[in-house]
Amino acid sequence: MKDHATLAEAFIQDEARTNWHDETLWFVRQKRDKAAHGLPEWEQLREWASQIKNHTLSHMDSYLEEFERKALANGVQVHWASDAAEHNRIIHDIIKKKGITRIVKSKSMLTEECHLNHYLEEQGVEVVDTDLGERIVQFRHEPPSHIVLPAIHLKKQDVSDTFHEYLHTEKGNNDPTYLTRAARVHLREKFIASELAITGVNFAVAETGGFVVCTNEGNADMGTHAANVHIACMGFEKLIPKASHLSVFLRLLARSATGQPVTTYSSHFHKPKPGQEMHIVIVDNGRSNILGKADFRNALKCIRCAACFNTCPVYRRSGGFSYHTAVAGPIGSILNPNFDPKKYADLPFASSLCGSCSNVCPVKIDIHDQLWKWRQELTKAGHVPLMKKIMMKGMAFVLGRPALYRFSGASARWVLRYMPFMVKFKINPWYKQREMPAPPKQSFREWYIQNKKK
Amino acid sequence: MVYSKQKEMSSRDQIFSAIRKNKPAAVPGVTTDLSVVIGYPDLLSQFSTVLTAIGGSCREVASAEEAKQFIASLDKGTFVIDTTAGHPSGLAHLSPAALASVDTAIIRGGVAVAENGSIWVTENEMVNRLLPFIAQQLILIINEKDLVPTMHQAYERISINETGFGVFIAGPSKTADIEQSLVIGAHGPCGMVAVIVRES
Repeated sequence: MKDHATLAEAFIQDEARTNWHDETLWFVRQKRDKAAHGLPEWEQLREWASQIKNHTLSHMDSYLEEFERKALANGVQVHWASDAAEHNRIIHDIIKKKGITRIVKSKSMLTEECHLNHYLEEQGVEVVDTDLGERIVQFRHEPPSHIVLPAIHLKKQDVSDTFHEYLHTEKGNNDPTYLTRAARVHLREKFIASELAITGVNFAVAETGGFVVCTNEGNADMGTHAANVHIACMGFEKLIPKASHLSVFLRLLARSATGQPVTTYSSHFHKPKPGQEMHIVIVDNGRSNILGKADFRNALKCIRCAACFNTCPVYRRSGGFSYHTAVAGPIGSILNPNFDPKKYADLPFASSLCGSCSNVCPVKIDIHDQLWKWRQELTKAGHVPLMKKIMMKGMAFVLGRPALYRFSGASARWVLRYMPFMVKFKINPWYKQREMPAPPKQSFREWYIQNKKK
Repeated sequence: MVYSKQKEMSSRDQIFSAIRKNKPAAVPGVTTDLSVVIGYPDLLSQFSTVLTAIGGSCREVASAEEAKQFIASLDKGTFVIDTTAGHPSGLAHLSPAALASVDTAIIRGGVAVAENGSIWVTENEMVNRLLPFIAQQLILIINEKDLVPTMHQAYERISINETGFGVFIAGPSKTADIEQSLVIGAHGPCGMVAVIVRES
């Protein structure tokens, strides 16, 4: 398994593309700022959202019971899955029982987390992803690289090449409108023919037993209202107590994600349409374990807006695939080590700890604090490379001894000035893609002692 | 079958017992004081500005009669379904394939939200759940008195479970999944018009 740094090194080979990725996501972040600053109550909204989620987490069992009771009364079938395998099996059982072959799916990060498509493929069942970005990456046999903008790692000529191959569009026609129209024709055929629609859930409401799905394209609605079976998949943390709480979250979600005032469609599902079957699969997959960790349970408040991705200087310059997981970015870096600390030990280190993620988070998750706490946990558990550990120990040794620190600083300045080849070599990771700084003539301490009497 | 049911039961119990064991100490609920929430001096102009910015369009008319005349003047194509003029028989059971050729759907909307240009539409009004999404063009008729400043007031006015399905619709369907270029008309309507009737 390659780690974040190695994978990022491959991503940044193409400098122009890296810069485009960086600037485009920063532009999305700026749109988020504009939308947030348009509401004087923005900080209050974040506080409410955070408190509602904290309250819900602390009453999760009773709200889940209420949700299940109401959903059953609405005529919805409720399933419980302890882990990803059970989630996938439940869905496959429904497909098998009804002999279904035509399946459409709208975006659901949970099904990515559970690798549902891959599992169903192995059982000989094909699923068509219907979000445009997800369809593009599905054609290319790639996972999404961003939870809101699945194909953000691609340029329009890549999409054009892919569509030429699979949808027989004109070679070299890179016009986004032309390409989107081609996908529209292709996917409308899939919607009309579909027997089963799988969706995610943005919010589930305990007091009514219903759930809300948000899209801009309308793909969740096209699928669910055309098909005779609808399966909605949710991690249990999607629950909120009341319908009135939806106002707080819907006001925050799209503004944080893309800077839109709201998504085009905020669809509220309660009962199946006449003749339709509606299923909800409620998944744990490690979440109840996170709930028990005081330092990390806050991450369960996440509403998957990806504001932390767009603002992160490391994500923007390393791309989603460098995180080797379904949910990348800063939030992925604090969620994934819960599932597999060894496999994801690199992720909490893929951060400058600048704290921008925590500042934009609409539900006030302490993301950068958790990144820092994870570094300590993972080091204690022995999941951190020995070299990093030795360097850190060395660093601590020097920093804890003022005289040694002063001597080291002076030596480093001397080396940089007179023996630059000592640091300008390949093995020094700080010399990769960087010029070493010009050594200052004196340290701050020397300058301070000299100047304080003036 | 019995076996799988038992298994599901045990997963449910497992999940609940883990949650009960691990959940944090009770945190009190939240009361939202709406006095801090933004207001707009002119709801109609705010609604219209936002809806236009997100790719929809907006027309105010003085009366239901004028709304009819305005809609009659629009290019609506050949296959029009108007659920405001009494429910066309069989619409609820019209197949997706048949609905795919609908050029224009005309539907009555409920509460409309000034801050984001969205309109609440219920299953009662759309008759067929697929209709507002599959039509090439969507026209929603609303009353000016149903305009509210924000989503907070909107949720005070509606019951989300009044019907089996309801949706806030804000403009036409759209995507920016190809290099962040905005394209109006992803899978659903390529155009969306809100007709706002001033008198009720």
